[in-house]
Amino acid sequence: MVDEVTKKTLASIPLLKTKAGPREKAEWPDRLKEEYCALIKYVENNKQADNDWFRLESNSDGTKWWGKCWYIHELIKYEFNVEFDIPVAYPTTPPEIALPELDGKTAKMYRGGRICMTDHFKPLWARNVGKFGIAHAMALGLGPWLAVEIPDLISKGIITKNENVGASGSA
Amino acid sequence: MSEPTISELKEQIRKYELQLEQEKLKNMKQREKITKMSAEVVDSNPYSRLMALKRMGIVENYENIRNFTVAVVGVGGVGSVTAEMLTRCGIGKLILFDYDKVELANMNRLFYQPHQAGLSKVEAAKLTLQHINPDVEIEAYNYNITTVDNFDHFMNVLSTRSLSNGPIELTLCCVDNFEARMAVNRACNELNLNWFESGVSENAVSGHIQFIKPGETSCFECAPPLIVASNIDEKTLKRDGVCAASLPTTMGIVAGFLVQNALKYLLNFGQVTKYLGYNALLDYFPTMSLKPNETCSDPFCVKRQQEFKLREEQRLREQVDVVEEEKVEEVLHPDNEFQIELCDEGEDLPDLTKNDKNKNTGVKHAFPASVENQANEHDASNEANEMSSIPLEDLMSKLKNL
Repeated sequence: MVDEVTKKTLASIPLLKTKAGPREKAEWPDRLKEEYCALIKYVENNKQADNDWFRLESNSDGTKWWGKCWYIHELIKYEFNVEFDIPVAYPTTPPEIALPELDGKTAKMYRGGRICMTDHFKPLWARNVGKFGIAHAMALGLGPWLAVEIPDLISKGIITKNENVGASGSA
Repeated sequence: MSEPTISELKEQIRKYELQLEQEKLKNMKQREKITKMSAEVVDSNPYSRLMALKRMGIVENYENIRNFTVAVVGVGGVGSVTAEMLTRCGIGKLILFDYDKVELANMNRLFYQPHQAGLSKVEAAKLTLQHINPDVEIEAYNYNITTVDNFDHFMNVLSTRSLSNGPIELTLCCVDNFEARMAVNRACNELNLNWFESGVSENAVSGHIQFIKPGETSCFECAPPLIVASNIDEKTLKRDGVCAASLPTTMGIVAGFLVQNALKYLLNFGQVTKYLGYNALLDYFPTMSLKPNETCSDPFCVKRQQEFKLREEQRLREQVDVVEEEKVEEVLHPDNEFQIELCDEGEDLPDLTKNDKNKNTGVKHAFPASVENQANEHDASNEANEMSSIPLEDLMSKLKNL
């Protein structure tokens, strides 16, 4: 299910230690720091490997996240807004990453543009509850999804370069 | 800039559609509210057939149903039918939660009608239900319960919005995804409220309902669905929208099971099921009782288990006090070579947990139990350690400026 490259990427993202969600007020700040540390490390790794592909930021209590992700296909960059909430049962349940601009454009998506991660990601998350965080969700959830879906959507003409520029520009 | 955006216009249209729906309903003939349920057998009494349950000796006090508040979380294929059944039964108050809209793709299921497409499910359901039975008080909340802000509100509603402004009597979970089930589970464990979980499989040919009494029966987190996975592919906790199949039949049957057991629980008749499954292909209806998991990862579940244990001990002690006065039977077989244990009919079977918990065929762990997980956590990489002394604000700006 997980290829060698992904395994290597995964190994370089620090695992998280504090198993706490946003409702566990005492421990959540620690968890949030760990999330940030893991994300910083992952983005730095990506930059070093010339594979920088997303930016994220959050509100001050770390319950809402948003940013951009992009995918390069045949030398053209396609950029999308990405957003998600930290669910109350986090980290038992993973964040539901959404690409609102693509809502309704693919069947591999739930309402509101939330990408389908049931097969490729949820079992991995379930086996690593507590240790996986947002960085892992990006690496193992959104990353593979983009790699499969975006070329397909482009080949079907559902997303085009111009439209995409307009979409990300107006956001 | 002053021109309205598409989404604003859409919102505006949605409001007008809702108003239109309300106007249409106003023009339809609607009956007056009925202050007291009557058993009188006349064509105009909507409750005569329900009140007849008393005459038949099934229910002692059917009118009590008007005192109860039931929350239906998720008013899709199962939840909407559930809400309609309860409405027709004359439930006191219904509280509906859903953040989805009615779509034409829902029309293979019951309840919603094509002209309601585009309306929020809770709004559309509220209008229809109020028209069916104006005696039922209906509250509708159009939001996603799994986000932090909404969850607090959700918990508040469950604990304060009954007809007497206290905790509601029962919650029926009719959602189609793991996250929302987990949210309902957490809320009910924390508030110590009884609830029913329900579900229909992605391939539309099986379903189940499960009664969860925090601390007494297994909660949803006690047995994560991924653990019970060999004969049935439980990767199937997928949601509507991504090509999940659905049948009005299976959903109607599950809703029927759900409301039947809700009525038995509320009106105190018959035996309330702990778990009832439905396999449509084989017409197989398994039932079982699930004990809570002592290592459940929800601390509130563990707390409720301890409370239940204390209550049970107290109850048994009182029972023993009564029994002790009777003659104690002599033990006939002091050495019990084959470990045979006797138990009363209806009592729980002897504790099997000292042996393998998963001996039942077809059940195996898909990933380590939570205890093992915790043990491994100490070995986890400590790479992020050095960064943990940095204030959060600095980390936030660092990520932003990368």
